[in-house]
Amino acid sequence: MMEVVIRQPFERFYLEHRDGVLAHLRRLLGAQAAEDAFQETFLRALRAYPKLKHADNLRAWVLTIATNVAVDDRRRLRPQVPDVPDIATLDEPLPREELRELTAGLPPTERAAVFLRYGYDLSYAQIGDALGSSTDAARQATSSGVRRLRREEKR
Amino acid sequence: MTVPTDLDLRFLEAAAREGLLDVGYELHDTPVGTLLVGVSERGLCSISYDPEQELDHLARTFGARVLRVPNAADDARRQLDEYFEQRRQDFDLELDLTPTARFAHQVLDELGRVPFGTTTTYGTLAAKVGHPRAARAVGTVMNRNPIPIVLPCHRVVGANGALTGYAGGLDRKRLLLALEGAELGLA
Repeated sequence: MMEVVIRQPFERFYLEHRDGVLAHLRRLLGAQAAEDAFQETFLRALRAYPKLKHADNLRAWVLTIATNVAVDDRRRLRPQVPDVPDIATLDEPLPREELRELTAGLPPTERAAVFLRYGYDLSYAQIGDALGSSTDAARQATSSGVRRLRREEKR
Repeated sequence: MTVPTDLDLRFLEAAAREGLLDVGYELHDTPVGTLLVGVSERGLCSISYDPEQELDHLARTFGARVLRVPNAADDARRQLDEYFEQRRQDFDLELDLTPTARFAHQVLDELGRVPFGTTTTYGTLAAKVGHPRAARAVGTVMNRNPIPIVLPCHRVVGANGALTGYAGGLDRKRLLLALEGAELGLA
């Protein structure tokens, strides 16, 4: 056996993270689109699971995948329409309510970057993975999102 | 916020359909307790009296993509039901014993030929695989039998007829033998 990484059975990983992933996707996409993205997120996770090089912070890992799926989804479906989640279908108060409303007018990539940075405290490298871009591009998307928010605030 | 059942099912079924699982399993209630019943792409690979511990064992043995999927192993579970309802004596299932070492594999193959309602001894099994003095090693193989009930290690007893041992506990061994109407020697 050459395997050195200890991976828990996917079942335990799935049970631990499925609720968080769905909540995250609902914030990014609204309730309807979140359902398809949920399945895609865990299928991608399942494909990547055997190749995972570490077992740390699997929560950040799977939220990164979810964000990636959400960004792909938005690009494919509605490339120019601003991202407004389906607020009526969220059934409980959100800890990141303020951030969600604040970022509703941002373009999808900037919104995802700001959300992951300030809502989930991910590093720019992790956000870069999520957005399929470099660390620098992730930093840029985040700061241009923040600048855009400040501009709107002053208006 | 919890994941709705239908959403959960959609993912689990897609995962199984796309062949992304190392082992798909379901928990199955029987007269000898709730069993984990698991299948790989090759066939039935696990029946366990201790599902929680078995999850880790499966992840180490077959790969970490172990997931509970409704309808997993439904053929095996149906045959188990028939067995416990005394409508079936022999199982007709593909088995996956790939992680099993050669000697154990030979012993388990031989074990699969011990008929319903009869008992044999560790020594007899050992002799049948050509190692007549390996009764103790055969005992170890029985103790680690990955697919009990279907591979009937409950039918193997000590030379003096004593039940000796069972990975699921002697009560279960007794119950299985009683279900099959096996004659137990006095011990």
